[in-house]
Amino acid sequence: MSEATVLQMIDHEAKDVPLEDIDVSQRELWVQDRKWDYFARLRDEAPVHFCKDSEFGPYWSVTRFADIMEVEANWQSFSSDPAITIVDPEEDFPLPMFIAMDPPKHDEQRMTVQGSVAPKNLKVMESTIRGRVQTVLDSLPVGESFNWVDKVSIELTTQMLATLFDFPFEDRSKLTRWSDVATGGPETGIVESEEQRQEELLECLAYFTNLWEERAKQGLSNDLISMLAHGEATQNMSPQEYLGNLILLIVGGNDTTRNSMTGGVLALNQNPGEYAKLRNNPTVIPSMVSEIIRWQTPLAHMRRKATKDYVLGGKTIKAGDKVVMWYISGNRDERAIDKPNEFIIDRDRARQHLSFGFGIHRCMGNRLAEMQIKILWEEIQKRFHMVEVVGEPVLVPSNFVHGFTDLQVVLHSH
Amino acid sequence: MPKVTFIEHNGTEHSVDAEVGKSLMQIALDNLVPGIDADCGGECSCATCHIMVKADWLDKVGSPSDAEDSMLDLNPERETSSRLACQIEVTEIHDGLTVDLPEFQF
Repeated sequence: MSEATVLQMIDHEAKDVPLEDIDVSQRELWVQDRKWDYFARLRDEAPVHFCKDSEFGPYWSVTRFADIMEVEANWQSFSSDPAITIVDPEEDFPLPMFIAMDPPKHDEQRMTVQGSVAPKNLKVMESTIRGRVQTVLDSLPVGESFNWVDKVSIELTTQMLATLFDFPFEDRSKLTRWSDVATGGPETGIVESEEQRQEELLECLAYFTNLWEERAKQGLSNDLISMLAHGEATQNMSPQEYLGNLILLIVGGNDTTRNSMTGGVLALNQNPGEYAKLRNNPTVIPSMVSEIIRWQTPLAHMRRKATKDYVLGGKTIKAGDKVVMWYISGNRDERAIDKPNEFIIDRDRARQHLSFGFGIHRCMGNRLAEMQIKILWEEIQKRFHMVEVVGEPVLVPSNFVHGFTDLQVVLHSH
Repeated sequence: MPKVTFIEHNGTEHSVDAEVGKSLMQIALDNLVPGIDADCGGECSCATCHIMVKADWLDKVGSPSDAEDSMLDLNPERETSSRLACQIEVTEIHDGLTVDLPEFQF
């Protein structure tokens, strides 16, 4: 389809676009935060919907909670190979990573590293995390505006990631950059060209190869690089596969929690009654954390490939078709969640959301993410009456990473 | 009605009536037994209703299916007696069944 004939969703109301022409992947819908009505319409009228052409080629959208669960649970029919986002991999620059593999290889590689974020390890990390949160919060200016994304969300998640990798702490801003570069193509403005993107990712590989060689010489320790270098299923990976798995761990541990840390501030500002609830009763924080993660849905979708013809919601998905599970839509499905378009920090069954995915690819770091956000809010509540949003949020121009590049706030002390 | 017992990591015991035909996960939730998150609501898709079956009950409870086995594998703290409570349907033969809860759900 030529550029000129593409119907731009952003120029229309969701109700006015012919169902068969709806394309929820269009970037402007995400930049301007206009995707919601389109997803609501798909959930009601075409919950398993085929988009015949898009920037990313033809794809199916699965938008209801229960249908997404069905796809998630069936890796035999819906493969994660070769990619888990709507963007097809670059043919000359493949990045194999275990999230984009099926059993048995997926299981073997994942098992090598998942111990690093297992609950027992988290207990050990808790005091370190709390100390860092305290330091970061105590360094913030009170009464003047600043970007919460940079000073808090990115800072805290990058510090965490540096610890998990045992990465040189003074170089940790490189991790943030590589995370951004990995998920953002030239169209996002993060890099100028695909060549530049690949060049920077190869720098990432070179840097981590030095760490690998250093860790391989030493005994097995508790950091992710050491685990990969010593693990039976991972020690003989090709450089591209090492890079792919690094990017998985960097993005998974960075771009996700970062945006929930920002999204929570925005949601509480938009819902002052909920903010008051939090002030009156800090014991609501664990439940609020789950609600923030549902509300934000920091990764908007995951993609699968049908391995056989499969009937879902009355539609026949053909073998080979691209299937996009829109978590962000399933998390607002009133068939599964009571009052889904309301942010309710003490809601029942708050943990039953799609943001971590389900099935064998379920988020490995989900407990760590919850713990980081919980500690952040416990420490915020000790210090500040309010984190007040004072500017329009600037969204990441992506239909995958659902988050923020800028949220101006002013802190008010108790 | 059969009785089943959940033992928390700290040793606290919860002996509860178990309605035949319900899953062990549902029984735990119905009786407010702490430590079972059940994030996926009983679809064998999250592994947050992890329990360990007492050795002398393993035969009567049976083995996990392939799907359950894959989910249990996600947990680095899996034990040989590990099961997902959502995949155990209680019948009359389970009267007296005792299971341990892990310190943490994964």
